[in-house]
Amino acid sequence: MDLLEYQGKQLFAKHGVPVPDGRPAASVAEAVEAAEELGHPVVIKAQVKIGGRGKAGGIKLAGDRAETEEHAKAILGMDIRGFTVQELYVEKASEIDEEYYAAIVFDRSAKKPMAMLSRMGGMDVEEVADTDPEAMRMLHVDPLLGLQDFHGRRLAFESGIAADVVRPVGAMLAKLYDVFEQEDATLVEVNPLLITKSREVVALDAKVTVDDNALFRHPDVAEMRDLSAEDPQERMAKERGLTYVKLDGNVGILGNGAGLVMSTLDVVAQAGGRPANFLDAGGGSKAEAITNAVEVILSDDKVSAVLFNIFGGITRCDEVARGLIEAFEQIKPDVPFVVRLDGTNDKEGRALLAEASLPNVHTEATMLGAAEKVVELAA
Amino acid sequence: MSILIDQDTRLVVSGITGREGTFHSLRNRDYGTNVVAGVTPGKGGQDVDGIPVFDTFHEAVEGTAADTAMVFVPPRFAADSILEADDAGIGLIVTITEGIPAHDELRVYTQLKRGSSRLVGPNCPGILSPGKANVGIIPAQFFKEGNVGLVSRSGTLTYQIGNELAQRGFGNSSIVGIGGDPVPGSSFIDMLELFEADPETELIVMCGEIGGSAEEEAADYIDANVSKPVLAYIAGFTAPPGKTMGHAGAIVSGSQGTAAAKAEALEAKGVRVGRNPTQVSEIAVEILGTRV
Repeated sequence: MDLLEYQGKQLFAKHGVPVPDGRPAASVAEAVEAAEELGHPVVIKAQVKIGGRGKAGGIKLAGDRAETEEHAKAILGMDIRGFTVQELYVEKASEIDEEYYAAIVFDRSAKKPMAMLSRMGGMDVEEVADTDPEAMRMLHVDPLLGLQDFHGRRLAFESGIAADVVRPVGAMLAKLYDVFEQEDATLVEVNPLLITKSREVVALDAKVTVDDNALFRHPDVAEMRDLSAEDPQERMAKERGLTYVKLDGNVGILGNGAGLVMSTLDVVAQAGGRPANFLDAGGGSKAEAITNAVEVILSDDKVSAVLFNIFGGITRCDEVARGLIEAFEQIKPDVPFVVRLDGTNDKEGRALLAEASLPNVHTEATMLGAAEKVVELAA
Repeated sequence: MSILIDQDTRLVVSGITGREGTFHSLRNRDYGTNVVAGVTPGKGGQDVDGIPVFDTFHEAVEGTAADTAMVFVPPRFAADSILEADDAGIGLIVTITEGIPAHDELRVYTQLKRGSSRLVGPNCPGILSPGKANVGIIPAQFFKEGNVGLVSRSGTLTYQIGNELAQRGFGNSSIVGIGGDPVPGSSFIDMLELFEADPETELIVMCGEIGGSAEEEAADYIDANVSKPVLAYIAGFTAPPGKTMGHAGAIVSGSQGTAAAKAEALEAKGVRVGRNPTQVSEIAVEILGTRV
């Protein structure tokens, strides 16, 4: 789960990472109140989970109450690369002297955390890594030892940052690592890491991704879920314990097991169709889960045909068939279904479907045949 | 021959007294796996259909000479259970549990690499050596003994591909699910090394998916170290960036980890890549000849 900037900064503050004073605001009135409390000048920042906010006009400096009102009004509701701004962060303005970059990332390839530091932070840091790789210093950290002082010192000296801030920047890296480790984050990024005119070291932005699998250890972070940013179908699926990702096509897809569902999407695309979703009904799905899944898939109006691709291991094909029959009784879908059942109890499943003779349900023997059929019906 | 497990395997199951743990332990035993013990703290002295239960792995190893562990406990207890099995000297730890926190997996991975225990999984369907032993949840009825080694990040997709191969008459030396998490205990490379050394295996099929760089690393390894033919399949060509496709490890970040990049990396090293599960079995026929 990605956190919004101000949520990330709450975690920073908890672990002693210096951040400017600020308040979240969901309306113009709240933004004005926050600015009055903090004292002008303030910065009004769009809270969206996508980069490039500054370039899109989502970050503005406000010198007085009138400007705060004007900017808050303009930014709330703004569309930034497909994300609608529903929340602002009002932050005390900082005097910028230098902009660095710092991050703790999870390096999947090395299977180790990696600490990163550059003195060339700011808007175009991605380019720095490409054009001047020497300017981005990186060090792997042993997860059983954690980030040691020498790691921070080494990065600070090697990256060539100003001598007077080597010590506080090293200290910030250590605290960022605490956030990474103790909050079960998979990414902690600060860009820019600000050196103010009075040579203070401050995290001006916060990009934090936390591990969904570890939320049970962090009830406070679990509550930060930003439901407004989630797609309504995805939210509905989550409430029902299904793994669903919305896509933009018209062929609804249900399968069991993430790999098989991904493969099903690919095969539908190869047959000339466009998948409407990824839906993994999971292992050992019972009839009720299948009924729920059909409801989620059909809540997307664009769906004009649905493919069931099941290879039963723990999942029993007769349970899947029962779920589909139940869904037809409850929802009475008006789009065609193509069903391919293979594996555990496949004969029983197919027999149940044949007996029920549901309107507009086609059974196919193979995955490829089923994909071709559903694409034809969806067109 | 086979890899990792066979008729000599002595299996201890962590979480054997849970509903799923009991079900699959007994299924594994019915298949012929030598399930010698279970571990559930506080339930030592009981038994599950004749299989003795111990409080600790150390007691189980001492009492039964178990050499392989299967971990079936819920995610918040799984890392601890794996570390306990490692500490008790178990050589192979197969972890089925899905949803273990990534930081727990990092710590476990780092610790196990310092010793000699091998971890397969987590979040995997386990290992099947047809005709010999089954450790995990792979539905064994679809597979028979043969000369194709199969290694995969996904469960059901493995069954799909294994079944396509079976319909063309191929059997398997071993089938290994390495799991769909970002920090798998064993990689494609670890399994390629074992299959390369296994005299029964004549063809290796590897089944990858989006996310990470394990397939790209495997491509380089195959080029330098594998003499047997390798055939691959990659799932997730239609996956959009930034969305996790079911498995915690299946996510395209930026330009990294796409299916196209993986297929390209493998093909550049001479590994043939099937575009769908059916095509994989067709290429297997081209490589090994018709079996039916």
